Amino acid sequence: MHEKKHSLRGVFVNGILNENPTFRLVLGVCPTLASTTSATNGLGMGLAATFVLLGSNVVISLLRNIIPDKVRIPAFIVVISTFVTIIQMLIQAFVPALYDALGLFIPLIVVNCIILARAEAFAAKYSVLLSAADGLGMGLGFTGALILIGSIREMIGSGTIFGNALFGASFEPMLLVTMAPGGFIVFGLILGIINTVTERVSKRKGAQAS
Amino acid sequence: MTFTLSNFLLFMVNCILTNNFIFSRYLGCCPFLGVSNKVETAAGMGIAVTFVMGLASLFTYVVYHYILLPLGLSYLDTISFILVIASLVQFVEMFMKKSMPALYNALGIYLPLITTNCAVLGVTILNIDNNYNLLWSVLNGVFGALGFLLAIVLMAGVRERLESSNIPETFKGFPISLIIAGLMSVAFLGFAGLGVN
Amino acid sequence: MNLRLSTGPHFVSRESTQTLMLDVIIALIPTTAAGIYLFGTKAAWVLAAAVITAVACEYIFQKLAKRPVRVTDLSAVVTGLLVGLNMPAEAPLWLPAIGSAIAILLVKELFGGIGHNFLNPALLARGILLASWPARMSVYFMPVRLLGNTSAIPAGVDAVSSATPLIRPGGYEIYDLLLGNIPGTIGEVCKIAILIGFLYMLFVGTIKWHIPVLFVGTVALITWITGGDVLKAVLSGGLLFGAVFMATDYVTNPMLFTGQVIFAIGCGVIVAVVRMTKAYPEEGVTFAILLMNILTPLIDRMTSRKVYGTVKQHA
Repeated sequence: MHEKKHSLRGVFVNGILNENPTFRLVLGVCPTLASTTSATNGLGMGLAATFVLLGSNVVISLLRNIIPDKVRIPAFIVVISTFVTIIQMLIQAFVPALYDALGLFIPLIVVNCIILARAEAFAAKYSVLLSAADGLGMGLGFTGALILIGSIREMIGSGTIFGNALFGASFEPMLLVTMAPGGFIVFGLILGIINTVTERVSKRKGAQAS
Repeated sequence: MTFTLSNFLLFMVNCILTNNFIFSRYLGCCPFLGVSNKVETAAGMGIAVTFVMGLASLFTYVVYHYILLPLGLSYLDTISFILVIASLVQFVEMFMKKSMPALYNALGIYLPLITTNCAVLGVTILNIDNNYNLLWSVLNGVFGALGFLLAIVLMAGVRERLESSNIPETFKGFPISLIIAGLMSVAFLGFAGLGVN
Repeated sequence: MNLRLSTGPHFVSRESTQTLMLDVIIALIPTTAAGIYLFGTKAAWVLAAAVITAVACEYIFQKLAKRPVRVTDLSAVVTGLLVGLNMPAEAPLWLPAIGSAIAILLVKELFGGIGHNFLNPALLARGILLASWPARMSVYFMPVRLLGNTSAIPAGVDAVSSATPLIRPGGYEIYDLLLGNIPGTIGEVCKIAILIGFLYMLFVGTIKWHIPVLFVGTVALITWITGGDVLKAVLSGGLLFGAVFMATDYVTNPMLFTGQVIFAIGCGVIVAVVRMTKAYPEEGVTFAILLMNILTPLIDRMTSRKVYGTVKQHA
């Protein structure tokens, strides 16, 4: 197995910035759209997914030399779904409001492409500590993205942030933003804007370097 | 819900139009964004998904009601369902490789990815949440998938047409696809209030 | 020479985009005038807000995106005018402004500008506004002044909370429906003004007759078959305005005649069905046209003639 020299910190930061799962890899689109109706929901989903990512990355990394190659995908799925079931029950028990808000998308964390992709691309190849760093980094990167998108949608669509009213009573929120079409459009716009900004920044860096 | 012709039609309208899996429910976005460049491939993917979703609804219903519930293991539904789906997709893959090689090649990596398609696992869980009996479960699976098929084919049509358009570089690909999907969902809002759950 | 790569139709005529747009604006003058007369200066402000925002947005975007500034082709003016005419006169000015911004920036310029949008910008903006601020968009008042010799009563007395006479078709006289002495958006109420505009555009060749006629005709036919009052159905809501000014936008409807026929009939069917099931009674027109816009690329595929001599691509 090829082991590139990775530092713990490098791997961790990678998940948040360079290979941010939402904005760079564009994985896990469905839960992103569904859970960003408010900043709180985004935070909740992000943390739940991080828990699963961390857990599954660690376990799969621990077992990486034991799992036969032919059955690795089903094996990964079993590990991931176990953690999802755990977090599902925890949320249902301790944060029922979040359980109601996220609904279907909590069990759907199982098929969140991010988790399976990281298991396949990282945890199956690298040490436990590195895999944990990757899981944590990716998870937090995901959470950060969700909070960003969730805050924007919440501010425009409901006039609140984390449930607190932002504007005065005369603010008329744009209801569409918290509905399905709004989700697609806002995410698309944010993605496009981030792409534009990063391109301008790298052009400037390139110009400075030369 | 009793089975009458009008219930059947209204349910169909609900699954395909009013609560379209992509445009209203966000289920199935990844393949929707990934496989919608060409109409033929999109149609092929849509048909494959219909097949998988129908069968998945059928098998997961059986597993849930005849194995998990009686044994008091209903909390294992997520794990069991995804395993059923993964196996189902394996079989569909083998079947397609033998009898529809052209489509098999066209879909490529996206075929095994049907396993992670939120719509498939999503519909199986929805069936349980809504307490559908076997008939409505399977219909939910099939019609939901037909809604997915409709969405992905419409999207492919639009994207093919936009190939010669002058979209800003940084928006090409995912950003504009998301926006297109959003604009299309606005149009689908017109169906709100039609049909029955 | 200005070489632009775009999809069809490409017409070989002395017309430029500007003269085309000018003709549409001229066709819209009767409707605009009627709207302002009926609804007062409020309406004029709404229209102004819409048009100014549209032009400003297009200018700014084209400058920022380093594209040639094409504001003088007047297409932004037309879009702005259509957005404004689709507003209730009571709309606060930020509403048409946001509508125009959405129409120009999101639906048109982001996709490459004129010729590249796949949805009717004014209509999609209207759809977004409807869903976002339903209360603001769906309250209509009677006009403040009335046209002709009518027994209807002007504003202040009759506030109907949804687009119109569809709710009580029996409640408005044909005379009033024709002249616009009814609640509704600024542009849709005066049917005579719309018809004048339609005839003008036919006369100068801006549009062909078949899309509006088939669209309205299909609705009329289905209404007749199901035993409704045909004349009132045709003259109610945004049907005429939509059929004449929105469904005829060539960028977003099919290229060939057969496709256009399918398009028009499809719109008609959807409007008729939505009206019958009362899902979104008055807005059937908006959504019908948008849905058919979405289907247009597929309709084009189905109706295009086979090109012989090319190698079939493997997807």
